[in-house]
Amino acid sequence: MEVESRVTAPSGALDARVPPGPIETKWERRRFDLRLVNPANKRKYRIVVVGTGLAGGAAAASLGELGYEVLSFCFQDSPRRAHSIAAQGGINAAKNYQNDGDSVRRLFYDTVKGGDFRSREANVWRLAELSLAIIDQCAAQGVPFAREYGGALANRSFGGALVSRTFYARGQTGQQLLLGAYQALERQVAAGTVRQLPRTEMLDLVVVDGRARGIVFRDLVTGRIASAAADAVVLATGGYGNVFYLSTNARGSNATAIWRAHRKGAFFANPCYTQIHPTCIPRSGEYQSKLTLMSESLRNDGRVWVPRRAGDGRPPEQIPDGERDYYLERMYPTYGNLAPRDIASRAAKTVCDEGRGVGPGGLGVYLDFRDAFQRLGRKVMDERYGNLFEMYVRITGDDPHVSPMRIYPAVHYTMGGLWVDYDLMSTVPGLFVAGEANFSDHGANRLGASALMQGLADGYFVVPYTIGDYLAKGGLAKVDARHAAFRDAEREVAERTRRFLSIGGARPVDDFHRELGTLLWEECGMARSRESLTRALDRIPRIEAAFWKDLRVAGSGEELNQDLERAGRVADFLELAELLCLDALHRNESCGGHFRVEHQTPDGEAARDDANYAYVAAWEWKGQGNAPALHKEPLAFEAVHLAQRSYR
Amino acid sequence: MTTAAKPLPALPARVSRLGLVWRSLVGKKALMAATGIALFAFVLGHMLGNLQAFEGPARLNRYAELLRVEPALLWTVRLVVLAAALIHAIAGIQLWLARRSARPVAYRSYQPQVSTPASRTMIWSGFLILGFVVYHLLDLTFGVANPSFREGDVFHNLVASLGRAAASIFYVLAVAGLGVHLWHGLWSMFQSLGVSSRAYTPGIKRFAVAFAVILAVGFAAVPLAVLLGVIGG
Amino acid sequence: MRIVLEIWRQRDAKDPGRFVTYEVPDVNEHMSFLEMLDVLDRRLVERGEDPVAFDSDCREGICGTCGFLVDGVAHGPLRNATICQTHMRHFRDGQTLRLEPWRAAAFPVVKDLCVDRTALDRIIAAGGYVSVRTGSAPEANAILVPKTAADRAMEAAACIGCGACVAACPNASAALFTGAKATHLGVLPQGQPERPARALAMTAQARAEGFGHCTTIGECEAVCPAGIKLEVIARMNRDWLRATLARREEAEPVATVPRSSPMRFFEAEPPKVE
Ligand SMILES: Cc1cc2nc3c(=O)[nH]c(=O)nc-3n(C[C@H](O)[C@H](O)[C@H](O)COP(=O)(O)OP(=O)(O)OC[C@H]3O[C@@H](n4cnc5c(N)ncnc54)[C@H](O)[C@@H]3O)c2cc1C
Ligand code: HEM
Ligand code: HEM
Ligand code: SF4
Ligand code: F3S
Ligand code: FES
Repeated sequence: MEVESRVTAPSGALDARVPPGPIETKWERRRFDLRLVNPANKRKYRIVVVGTGLAGGAAAASLGELGYEVLSFCFQDSPRRAHSIAAQGGINAAKNYQNDGDSVRRLFYDTVKGGDFRSREANVWRLAELSLAIIDQCAAQGVPFAREYGGALANRSFGGALVSRTFYARGQTGQQLLLGAYQALERQVAAGTVRQLPRTEMLDLVVVDGRARGIVFRDLVTGRIASAAADAVVLATGGYGNVFYLSTNARGSNATAIWRAHRKGAFFANPCYTQIHPTCIPRSGEYQSKLTLMSESLRNDGRVWVPRRAGDGRPPEQIPDGERDYYLERMYPTYGNLAPRDIASRAAKTVCDEGRGVGPGGLGVYLDFRDAFQRLGRKVMDERYGNLFEMYVRITGDDPHVSPMRIYPAVHYTMGGLWVDYDLMSTVPGLFVAGEANFSDHGANRLGASALMQGLADGYFVVPYTIGDYLAKGGLAKVDARHAAFRDAEREVAERTRRFLSIGGARPVDDFHRELGTLLWEECGMARSRESLTRALDRIPRIEAAFWKDLRVAGSGEELNQDLERAGRVADFLELAELLCLDALHRNESCGGHFRVEHQTPDGEAARDDANYAYVAAWEWKGQGNAPALHKEPLAFEAVHLAQRSYR
Repeated sequence: MTTAAKPLPALPARVSRLGLVWRSLVGKKALMAATGIALFAFVLGHMLGNLQAFEGPARLNRYAELLRVEPALLWTVRLVVLAAALIHAIAGIQLWLARRSARPVAYRSYQPQVSTPASRTMIWSGFLILGFVVYHLLDLTFGVANPSFREGDVFHNLVASLGRAAASIFYVLAVAGLGVHLWHGLWSMFQSLGVSSRAYTPGIKRFAVAFAVILAVGFAAVPLAVLLGVIGG
Repeated sequence: MRIVLEIWRQRDAKDPGRFVTYEVPDVNEHMSFLEMLDVLDRRLVERGEDPVAFDSDCREGICGTCGFLVDGVAHGPLRNATICQTHMRHFRDGQTLRLEPWRAAAFPVVKDLCVDRTALDRIIAAGGYVSVRTGSAPEANAILVPKTAADRAMEAAACIGCGACVAACPNASAALFTGAKATHLGVLPQGQPERPARALAMTAQARAEGFGHCTTIGECEAVCPAGIKLEVIARMNRDWLRATLARREEAEPVATVPRSSPMRFFEAEPPKVE
């Protein structure tokens, strides 16, 4: 089936309202032009912030500090548990503390290039600029960054960059940055400016007179469905990687908030841009509930291989070198085992598709440290990777000292998300989107250590200012939770809940989720083609139909019901998955994480089509069963020149 | 997002420093540590004094008299010890009650991993000591519980009392209890006063064990000796 | 392998609760403990029974959401690990395991193995932060921090807020959790100005929440997945004593963070008339 038949004809170009002037001064200029809210009036404005991750936590804390009345929602039992907590590696900033030639411009350039020239220049520049303030802010909060003996901040280098600009706190950078934001948030809770609502899930966005005026949410403990009216809404609800069922994301990470907002008029941008991380611990069986990331740094000393012969059942130690295929070294002599993320991931998939994968289900490749141990000795190796080896043993029970690790790529991050303008406002006035939930500044591929940077930039330094401008514009009618729009939304949500509980089919919700995830992984994962995507687009509606016919949800709606929570999330994943595949099908080029097998350079790199696809694809919901409308935000590259991305 | 329903205890606008110490769990614990030190000092001195029983009646009685040459001093010491014991005991009992309201529903099964039984039974070893001291005073200080009490003849009273197997065994058990109490108490004390740290802790633990043993043995020596006829036999 | 589970079932905070025995006949040794419970819940759903509620999110030991007692040990048999990181290979075929929620007056049971740990949030709200306004921070390297101090701070800051220390403490004391935060901020130059007030406020809040005191029993340290050391409690006590005895001005009684229920606020939604 053709793409066109699935898409409502593209309408006029989207305007991101990027301020004029040279890129270096755009943000400064914008901030000067922002209207300010009279301090005395701030507490009269109520802002709903959904999400307490780096983006949401930082935004809620900063808005509360400014004097607004803030309601902070999260589905975990504490704001501190947002998925940002799991980030390991670090956070980038153009401090140039190492004096290795880093600068705002270089970070900007690396990020645009890393994103394979599919991000908005002006935003990326602002991000690089704000990275400096972020580190200052976090250090002042008491985030225990790694230090040098002189007491100055330490750095490490990270993928996609030639400078050492990554700040870190052991292997727990996300945790420490989040605790910093969380503590700032709790401080505002004590001050009475922020009201905290853990164990609540936003189930709908309420739009009145075309503006976002609040949300409908479910108290996950009592099952009570209630409304929160507000003057502006911020969504910082994270990524939707779990649409693939198995990912490195937390179990609860979901797309419900942004998907509900999408259905209420917010455009969804580049849904097909997903990042797949090459070094994760492979699944060990059907029961697997999530995948665990193994730091990429392991590839510095580990050699990746699979047996030459398909279905070779021997234990790795017994396979002589002659019968091993160190495929990365073979396919990419220059980069060898250090080939870029997407390439390494795709190569692993290829050899496994050839039936040469190892471990249960043949979905895994060896990451072998034998030679490194011989060369460097156990002591040095343990100094470098001890904690990772430990983590691996804990999960798999195998010891990398004796037998090679088994690794496999896994879904890790979603570059796509709700479309936002320069002020991070979506196409629904008053609805702001921050962090991984928006379509972000990472284009078609995110560089390591830049998501934490973006979350905090959005939360601490962008949204608090731009929201003020929106509110200062005024024109907001007084609306409270008794307004008909809220009542209708509450009724719909209640109705939907009742529906889940009343299907009374035979299959548990995870069945459908797993089926959907497996399908996406096969047809819309590391490599995508017109055929695979068409197949997926035909299958998904059938899974969805089965879901609404044969789903079984236990318990009732008037209590803590985790089964019910999952059902709602999977229902939204099903709808999102269709758009994801459609976007992938429509984007008839390869770029970054989106790899269309039809479009690759001779050496297997993604081959972009800048003439036809240098734009952000923003999709508009046209109602159940109707083809979504495609809107385009053209991407102009003035500060950097479009070039074939190559790391060779 | 359910929330515990208990109302917060209202704090007065202004309370004395001591009031703050007494109200706060941390402060109360520090107080227990401080009084614990005083009591520890007393028992240590007392134990050394008792050992003089091995050197015969004359020596012990002279020591007893010496204690009484300066009544003012004696009474201040007695009052300090009495006050310390009262504060320590009352605080300990209060904390014990607080601890029970902190976990209203007990575990069906609970497996301690590293803790010493001593640390989990401080209140009981405490009560044992308390009970002992009461009996002990009636026995050797007021003589009420003593078979043949002679004012001023400490040695005689001692032998008379501890000559009885039952009494002397109770004495031994009691000081064993004291040893247990201090085995944990003497290290916990440093935590409560905030002076332990990864550098000191091992030393502190050794100190606690050492003195717990020294005191228990040192105290027990006398009743055992009397029972075996080594003293006054 | 076959595993028998005696699980605490409790509908809500009001329900008295009881133990119910379940059997999972086909446990794979590579499953994590929580994946084993997923399998059980799946069966229960298929049988139309109410699945066992238990909290979890990251499932890699960092978010602090999971946690319950396995045979009387918080987070189960594995040292310095959460229950989500514990795999079934650590158990025997045919073993019977009793699962019990954290029990403390300050941790009311929400359902089955889920408890309400918001009391820990309020302890942080009472003073577990450095008061710095967004955007007002000095250049990061303007404040030099000795490496040793930074490392100490990191060790203490590693606390994942799981509440196992409270669960394992015979006194249901939150001393290890509170001490960890007091230490994290207390060893850093950034945390000095508020150090005395912080100690007073956080300990007062812990008491108001109904947590017990610390008798230095040490069970908390043994079950702590983040490896927080007892010395953090000594440090907190030290700060408290200094604040109370040496510095009268900070010793003023601190107002504790109210335990107001967010939902009640919505019931009392003030009508904003047009
Ligand atoms: C294993 C792993 C390692 C990573 N390592 C790094 C790294 O080293 N460097 C880096 O830069 N990035 C890293 N990332 C990416 C980075 O961690 C995330 O992109 C980032 O933390 C996202 O933050 P966020 O605030 O946007 O969303 P999150 O932190 O995911 O927060 C989402 C919040 O929204 C709430 N929420 C969601 N839906 C609802 C709803 N319907 N109702 C109410 N509340 C809701 C949740 O409760 C949560 O509080 C890593 C990611 C993973 C998975
Ligand atoms: C000579 C007599 C005693 C000595 C030397 C002594 C010493 C100590 C010491 C040093 C501690 C440690 C304090 C701390 O952890 O900071 C302690 C704790 C304790 N003592 Fe005593 N004590 C004595 C008598 C008693 C008595 C009579 C009682 C009352 C019943 C008692 C009850 C307790 C309790 C309950 C604790 C534990 C406090 C807690 O919960 O942490 N002790 N004792
Ligand atoms: C088992 C060994 C002990 C022996 C042989 C012993 C002996 C004595 C004697 C002979 C006296 C009377 C002294 C005098 O009147 O001058 C006395 C007094 C006393 N003893 Fe002991 N004692 C023992 C253990 C203890 C312990 C373990 C404690 C406390 C925990 C204790 C507390 C006291 C007190 C408070 C007095 C009163 C002192 C005074 O008169 O002010 N004794 N003891
Ligand atoms: S101190 Fe340890 S046990 Fe207690 S909450 Fe923190 S991590 Fe959990
Ligand atoms: S177990 Fe409890 S008593 Fe103190 S040392 Fe740990 S908090
Ligand atoms: S689920 Fe996050 S720590 Fe266990």
